[in-house]
Amino acid sequence: MISNSMASNNKNPIVRFLNMNTSRQTSGRSLPLWKQLLLQVVCILILCSVMFPILYIVTLSLSSKTTRPSSLELFPKEISFIAYKQVLDHPTGNPVSFIELLRNSITLSVGVGLVALFIAVTAAYAFSRFKFRIRETLMLLVFIPLLMPAVGLSTPLYLLLNNFRIMDCGKHITAIVPFFTCAGGAKGQLLFNLRDSLLGVGIAITASALPFAVWNLKGYLDTIPKELEEAAAIDGADANQTFWQIVLPLAAPQLAVTFFLGFIGHWQEFVISWLFLSQPKDYTLAMTLYNMTGQYANSIPWNRFAAMAVIVALPVAVVYIALQKQIVGGLTTGGVKG
Amino acid sequence: MSVETGISRATQLQRTILPYLYLLPAFLIMGVITFYPLIYQFIISFTNFETKDLLLGLSSPKLEFVGFKNYFDILTATLPVENFNFFRVLEFNFWWAVSNVALHVPAGVLIATLLNTEGLWGKRIYRALYILPVVVPPIVVATVWRNIFDEQYGAMNQLLTVITNILGHADPIHIRWLNEYTPPIPGFLPGAPLTLAYYAMMIANFWLGWPFMSVVATGALQSIPKDLYEAASIDGATGTQQFWNITVPLLRPAMIPAAVYGFTLSFNLFSFVFFMTGGGPARSTELLVTFAYNLVRNLRWFGVAAAFAVIIFIVSLIVFLITNRITRATQSYSEA
Repeated sequence: MISNSMASNNKNPIVRFLNMNTSRQTSGRSLPLWKQLLLQVVCILILCSVMFPILYIVTLSLSSKTTRPSSLELFPKEISFIAYKQVLDHPTGNPVSFIELLRNSITLSVGVGLVALFIAVTAAYAFSRFKFRIRETLMLLVFIPLLMPAVGLSTPLYLLLNNFRIMDCGKHITAIVPFFTCAGGAKGQLLFNLRDSLLGVGIAITASALPFAVWNLKGYLDTIPKELEEAAAIDGADANQTFWQIVLPLAAPQLAVTFFLGFIGHWQEFVISWLFLSQPKDYTLAMTLYNMTGQYANSIPWNRFAAMAVIVALPVAVVYIALQKQIVGGLTTGGVKG
Repeated sequence: MSVETGISRATQLQRTILPYLYLLPAFLIMGVITFYPLIYQFIISFTNFETKDLLLGLSSPKLEFVGFKNYFDILTATLPVENFNFFRVLEFNFWWAVSNVALHVPAGVLIATLLNTEGLWGKRIYRALYILPVVVPPIVVATVWRNIFDEQYGAMNQLLTVITNILGHADPIHIRWLNEYTPPIPGFLPGAPLTLAYYAMMIANFWLGWPFMSVVATGALQSIPKDLYEAASIDGATGTQQFWNITVPLLRPAMIPAAVYGFTLSFNLFSFVFFMTGGGPARSTELLVTFAYNLVRNLRWFGVAAAFAVIIFIVSLIVFLITNRITRATQSYSEA
């Protein structure tokens, strides 16, 4: 019921932006023609500036020319998917397939999004609904890490995760450092380093994703009326039942929004994965895109780079457009009430 | 009687413990992956932690506690790093965030007002297309613009060549957008010369930033009662006067939180800057966060990097306290 009514009123800015009721239009006064034309020119100039990079990159990605562009082309003269095909077949110079890159990106962004959500939701509930002695202090503790940019937290995480390794000591003995080391201080062969793995990167991203998830969910839970829970309590439901059967279903839309906001962010995550990962098989799409630009990418044809840029942008754009209503609405409820 | 008090005591106890039970998973995890690393970071910021200590960590025999040396080295620019001066980076970082917001917010408001003009043709199409930059991931925006600003093959120089050809110059334009070190406007920002790369970044980030502000401004514009404008035009106020005396003051409560959000976002805009210029040329576009990243990834001075992160934390705290005050002040303004 509540989620229905929330969906129907257009509280969110983008929807209002698109369907704005310009009531003064009905008054019948129309714009003088010279003014209309002048404003149209301005609008079209702005439109050109907005479309310029988009047209440029899409045109480039549809070109079959492997040389660099010698003159400006904003509209495709040919439509060739060869660049996309090449990127999908052989994305980097390393023997790693596009599917593996995609899988790594999805594993990280979906995994971190879900884990952060599950851990954050109970904490957000506690902060939103319970009054307890050290509430303010604990809330401050959760939100303090928001002040530390992900780059700032990456140093200690790098060092700490780097200490966690699995070694093969030979003779079928495996040691888990730092809990067990190979007997006699033997060096052994490194099988697994938590720092240099998707799991380690996921842990590190979760560290910076959690405070935001708690903050965003708490802001939304604060807006759910308490009367429903009070009614449930009168009917004899205890706090746990209220949480699982009333609050969680009501919060489902915001859970989805928080997850997708996380997904958009983690899909583009670069700082930690570029710092931690060293093996091409663990690379993500964002890392591959970075590898295709700049001074180290002289051998990569720009049509392939453009195709990769479109591929990396696509999931985020689709999620954003499909859920823009909820996402912008969720951001503002979380942000304003937070 | 006694049974009842027993039950209520049990529920009482449950009520006291329950909030902590709900907080337990988050705090257990954050304790291990956030709080412990933050404390660890603080400790190693007083050491000369380097690659040699990676294997043994704090128990490494070669690790020395050096007191405030790392902090001192960073603040006095005595780090053996080329072209590094902490206060220049800090100044540039603030200027970068301020100049971005100062352009994005007015542009967003003006364009929202433009699209709000009554009787304008094609409003919906413009609105639908103008929000496209919001949906493209910033890392893609940065890499695409990096190529657009390429000296030889970039679209920007090619576009300028087309324009100058129309104006009668035949020579192709070769502006070294991302590599030219000499500032185009000397002495514009004392202490932190702004290279062409800064202007290139401003152009790209402007493209990325104003549509969001425009979305926020449109929402606020809708809530302004139309009667105000009608009354004003009856009193003979011109369109410009209406804009300054009605639109601007009434948009302020909505735009200031958006500006604060934009400021904090630009202040730590790592991926965009890193993907576009990597802090170059000669660290002229380095932000605090990109330099911190260089310390860890390329120089591998973990101790110095930790000290630098602590400094960033303090700077962010100060920025937060100031911006929080600004937002609070406008909230009471809008409620009054």
